[in-house]
Amino acid sequence: MAVLAEPVAAQVKRSSMWSRAFESRNFLGAMFMVPAIAILVLFLAYPLALGFWLGMTDTKIGGVGRFIGFQNFVSLSRDSVFWLSVFNTIFYTVTASIVKFAIGLYLALLLNERLPFKSMIRAIVLLPFVVPTVLSAIAFWWIYDSQFSIISWVLIKAGLLTRYIEFLGDPWNARWSVVVANIWRGVPFVAITLLAGLQTISPSLYEAANLDGATNWQRFRHITLPMLSPIIAVVMTFSVLMTFTDFQLIYTITRGGPINATHLMATLSFQRAITGGNLGEGAAISNAMIPFLVAAILLSFFGLQRSRWQQGGRD
Amino acid sequence: MSSVQIRDVRKSFGNFEVLHGVTIPIEDGEFVVLVGPSGCGKSTLLRMLAGLENITSGTISIGERVVNNVQPKERDIAMVFQNYALYPHMTVADNMGFSLKLRGAKPAEIATGVKRAAEILALTPLLDRYPRQLSGGQRQRVAMGRAIVRDPQVFLFDEPLSNLDAKLRVAMRTEIKELHQRLRTTTVYVTHDQIEAMTMADKIVVMHDGIVEQMGSPLELYDTPANQFVAGFIGSPAMNFLKGNVKVNGAAYFEGPNGVRLPLKSAPANSDGKPAVYGVRPEHFTIADDGAEAEIVVVEPTGSETQVFAKLGGEQVVAVFRERHLFNPGDKVRLKPDPGLVHLFDDANGKRMS
Repeated sequence: MAVLAEPVAAQVKRSSMWSRAFESRNFLGAMFMVPAIAILVLFLAYPLALGFWLGMTDTKIGGVGRFIGFQNFVSLSRDSVFWLSVFNTIFYTVTASIVKFAIGLYLALLLNERLPFKSMIRAIVLLPFVVPTVLSAIAFWWIYDSQFSIISWVLIKAGLLTRYIEFLGDPWNARWSVVVANIWRGVPFVAITLLAGLQTISPSLYEAANLDGATNWQRFRHITLPMLSPIIAVVMTFSVLMTFTDFQLIYTITRGGPINATHLMATLSFQRAITGGNLGEGAAISNAMIPFLVAAILLSFFGLQRSRWQQGGRD
Repeated sequence: MSSVQIRDVRKSFGNFEVLHGVTIPIEDGEFVVLVGPSGCGKSTLLRMLAGLENITSGTISIGERVVNNVQPKERDIAMVFQNYALYPHMTVADNMGFSLKLRGAKPAEIATGVKRAAEILALTPLLDRYPRQLSGGQRQRVAMGRAIVRDPQVFLFDEPLSNLDAKLRVAMRTEIKELHQRLRTTTVYVTHDQIEAMTMADKIVVMHDGIVEQMGSPLELYDTPANQFVAGFIGSPAMNFLKGNVKVNGAAYFEGPNGVRLPLKSAPANSDGKPAVYGVRPEHFTIADDGAEAEIVVVEPTGSETQVFAKLGGEQVVAVFRERHLFNPGDKVRLKPDPGLVHLFDDANGKRMS
């Protein structure tokens, strides 16, 4: 009997350890978090850390680098092309974001009205967002082509111009051209998100404001804008981050040219790291974007903090 | 303050007509309650009065002015919405002062107006709060405050109490009535609750399926309902209806279901043998030896009164007594309607037979 009883007892003990572990809130909680943590570490934390590390080394493609501290940043600070790319990135982000916001808000307000073929128009507005970026970039590349540009062609046929516009040949023309392409691509996101925000505003607020004597402008100024501000903060943060880190459009349309006039930090980083083979320097350029991005995130973090009217109380 | 005239107003949504020619005269300073079941068009009518819906045909005038094509903001009316429609991003004071601000009033003027309204509604300690931080009753009062600040010609209320709990509803009912007695502003109040209508109104307009069934003072509607719909709608518990025939056989009486004999004070002319509906309010039953035999189904004591559900001639009726009867289900009682207070309706069209 005693011989038999022993393994049974051991089994009971082992299974109870497992079942106890699975009944424990903390253990289970940790288990459920493992997949998320694994994904975050593998795809976010590790690449980020690697990028930081590379920025501190003189790694070249095919070679093992050595730690050189902040030397990459020191040399970048004396690099006029790098500073040009910083200027381009800020110019690109600020102008494109402002215009995207203005057009997006306008479209959202328009689509929030009763319109014929409303759902069709909404689908059309979303179109630029649906087309793969590289495809639309190629389309813009043709539109801006120095010999086949449809814009130049139309203007010349209309008798408004005598020679083709150098869209991508002149630094400022090129900057504005890529800004326009980015706006075209980014407006749908802003418009559709703001439209979703507009639809959460109760129509009775507008009716009340109407009875209170508000004009259209006053309704927009005192009801729409404040009620929409949390959504505006979210959508503009996203828009700024996405524009700041833009790569595809620029790389497809201008590759940073002419003479680096449209190089963004992201494209410059790619060019130095992959095309040029200087992984360390490229990583350093990428890392130099981080302070700007953190600043944008902090700004929106404070902007996004629930205003006093959204807090507390019950419904 | 102003009178309001609603003349033969119709409203269609597409091909679907929801108001079929409604005429309601409202006197200066009157408290009018539009009451009716859901979908009767009462809220639509109120929104047309506010200018939030177009008028398909007919005219609405406020004071001497026909307002069919006048913008809501130029009608000089204030409305309290069912969901209050307070601006969530403004404090109570800003909510109440918003209309004055839009009008371009000076800050001092706005502050005075808000303060006055806040005092009337006991909102002074809440002026710096946001709507989210208020209870339902407080929000309701802010919505009223917003209306009062404007000192409009007409107040409109769209089911303002339906989001409140029962106790608060009774309290706010009194508060609104008191407010009206104090300000004497012409008020149009929409509700589906006939008790609200009875307790608050100077004049009740009973609406049903887009028409006005009857208009009159609360007690007029209670005492002499024009038709079976109004009779059933006004009063709680609702009036009992028994189908049968009027008999004039020496004395007049009513032959109810299964031959049950019910008293009539007098029969309308030429009504002998006419099919009709006999209406008797629950509170107009007494227990008497010469009553009709009924079998108790359920007894519901509420403390102040006792509601008795019984089968009378096979039909279920409800009777309300001030006394605390201790009946058991199955007991037989003799219920006698007060012949002076019973109502007779035409079986064919539901109209009152007089």
